[in-house]
Amino acid sequence: MKKNGVKMIKIKAKNVDVFYGKKQALYNIGLDIEENQVTALIGPSGCGKSTFLRCLNRMNDVIDICSVKGEILINDFNINDKSCDVVRLREKIGMVFQKPNPFPKTVYENISYGPTIHGMAQSKQEMDEIVETSLKKAALWEEIKDRLHEPGTGLSGGQQQRLCIARAISVRPEVILMDEPCSALDPIATAQIEELIDELKKEHTIIIVTHSMAQAARVSQNTGFFHLGHLIEHGSTDKIFKNPDNTKTQDYITGRFG
Amino acid sequence: MNSILFTFIVLLGFTSYYFGRKKAYTIQSTKKRLTALPQFYGYYLAIWCAIPAFIIFSLWAIFEPTIVKLLVLSDYSNQGYLDDELNLIYEKTKSLSRGQFTGEITPFIEASAEKYLSLRSIAQSSKAVIVLSIIIASVAYAYKRISSNSRTREPVEKFLNAVLFTASLAAILTTIGIVFSLIFQTIDFFKVIPLFDFVFGTHWYPAKAFVRDSSEALDPSMYSDTFGAVPIFAGTFFIAFIAMCVAIPIGLMSGIYLAEYASSKVRQYAKPLIEILAGIPTVVYGFFAALTVGPFLKELGTSMGLEVSAESALAAGGVMGIMIIPFISSLSDDVITSVPQSLRDGSYAMGATKSETIKRVIFPAALPGIVGSILLGVSRAIGETMIVVMASGLAANLTLNPLESTSTITAQIVVILIGDQAFGDPKTQAAFALGMSLFLVTLCLNIVALRVVKKYREKYE
Repeated sequence: MKKNGVKMIKIKAKNVDVFYGKKQALYNIGLDIEENQVTALIGPSGCGKSTFLRCLNRMNDVIDICSVKGEILINDFNINDKSCDVVRLREKIGMVFQKPNPFPKTVYENISYGPTIHGMAQSKQEMDEIVETSLKKAALWEEIKDRLHEPGTGLSGGQQQRLCIARAISVRPEVILMDEPCSALDPIATAQIEELIDELKKEHTIIIVTHSMAQAARVSQNTGFFHLGHLIEHGSTDKIFKNPDNTKTQDYITGRFG
Repeated sequence: MNSILFTFIVLLGFTSYYFGRKKAYTIQSTKKRLTALPQFYGYYLAIWCAIPAFIIFSLWAIFEPTIVKLLVLSDYSNQGYLDDELNLIYEKTKSLSRGQFTGEITPFIEASAEKYLSLRSIAQSSKAVIVLSIIIASVAYAYKRISSNSRTREPVEKFLNAVLFTASLAAILTTIGIVFSLIFQTIDFFKVIPLFDFVFGTHWYPAKAFVRDSSEALDPSMYSDTFGAVPIFAGTFFIAFIAMCVAIPIGLMSGIYLAEYASSKVRQYAKPLIEILAGIPTVVYGFFAALTVGPFLKELGTSMGLEVSAESALAAGGVMGIMIIPFISSLSDDVITSVPQSLRDGSYAMGATKSETIKRVIFPAALPGIVGSILLGVSRAIGETMIVVMASGLAANLTLNPLESTSTITAQIVVILIGDQAFGDPKTQAAFALGMSLFLVTLCLNIVALRVVKKYREKYE
């Protein structure tokens, strides 16, 4: 997306260091995320890409021993600043996890959870609308519109993950973080989610951590390659996959290590 | 004699283990591959040594007295004695043979005492001989099997299986036995006291049934208005209710704090400290309630112009609640901790605060387990004895005033069975009837609690 010919930057990470206790997990990460684009973070296991993703909605707060340094600007506001309200931040930055984690509630309650805690619906009717649009956007409505009041945990794996995506978009976040969203799914469900990601980028900025090179190439416009806590290279997906600057990137995407 | 034989069997068992293993090593040294580890050969031999011997040993212990008695009394069989008289003669014979007989010694009895003694000594020595020869035979048989390197692991495993099975069977049979003794005594009780009077009567005064001679004992009219269990059932549930009013909020909140809010360091110290409460003997809680809390409440009430009994339901129930806190806190802590982290992450990622996450996601997910822990707490409250005996009074008042004294099923069982009591007396049997009702109530609670907990477990597996 371009505005006045300039790509809009949604998230700007500057000099981000992350520590788990005394162990440093990320070194001096600087990365710009473009608005309404899909950015893929790739790299071998333990390279810090998920840690970086969790910095963006401050999910690392949940881990006692984890500390984050540096600036992460979202809409030019530093989320690591003390004045940042984590509740508002996470309303704006949704997240989808590796394993589908629907709440042990009904499908309807799963979706209405976010809007309820953020007071987004004034009436039952409004809530019904939010649930319907969220499910439609997650391409799940047709499959489960008759099962809204059955437990969300009873759906198939792929449906559960799309339910989690619907849950995430129910509060109309500006950014959606996806942490290996397809790693627990079969190829058909994976294809559905990828199609969905492509659709969602019209309204949301998406950052996806993935282990699948092919998936990164298929769904993303930009790619960042992490290795041992360093951001080795980032740029347009085309460039990273066809003509990387760094030999490590070259080696990784051609499957020589990692 | 028996103990010597017993020790001997045990020693032989150990020796056979040693020989069995040694045999296995010998086989191994000839480069043959063993079918099991050497110690299995040892166990195999030890089992073959000890088990047949113990079987003979115990059969002997069961049948010897009967057979000796039959033989001794065979001299009297055709003389028209009644069974009771024969038993008396036999008892006399036995005490004479032990040198404890004080009555008139007739030649008849003297003769049978001699016969008894000789029979006993024959029995003893033949037992020793038979047991020893059985041991030798079975060990020899087993040893021969070992040398042909046949299977030893499977029989040993089967034997262990049988031992474990017997152990659990013993536990189950004991339970069944206790239940049956309760049932029969309860039935006897209800033959005298109508079930209706017991369940719906409002006067419980078992002392009234105490000073009576046996001719009156079976006259139902004497017991009307004596065994009406309503006041003590009411008292039981009332005190349990007070206890749960204390235990549920405190226990649940401390469980939630420990599971969700406490840092790992606080948790590390706080959890064992709370669990120490569970280790305090209930009798200590009892005198805490009776000597500290009860008088304190009485003083407090008096200063506020309230009539408070020194032994009040409130004191007993409150202290009982404190006793139950660790059960609820610790169990609900476990249940909450076992809610998957992914659900918490999901909720936090939606922008929920900690309390919203607990209220809307974790608590509902953990609810079945929490309900289970509460039900287990309730069944403890109902079954608790010492605190109520010491702190809530022994008179069965039908009251819902927590400041008055009242009594519970367990306390009444204690009251009934303290001191002299006669079997077959309705007063004693009343204790069994109460025990039975208590058993039924806690059984139902435990079944429901376990069901609920199990249902919860299935959810995440």
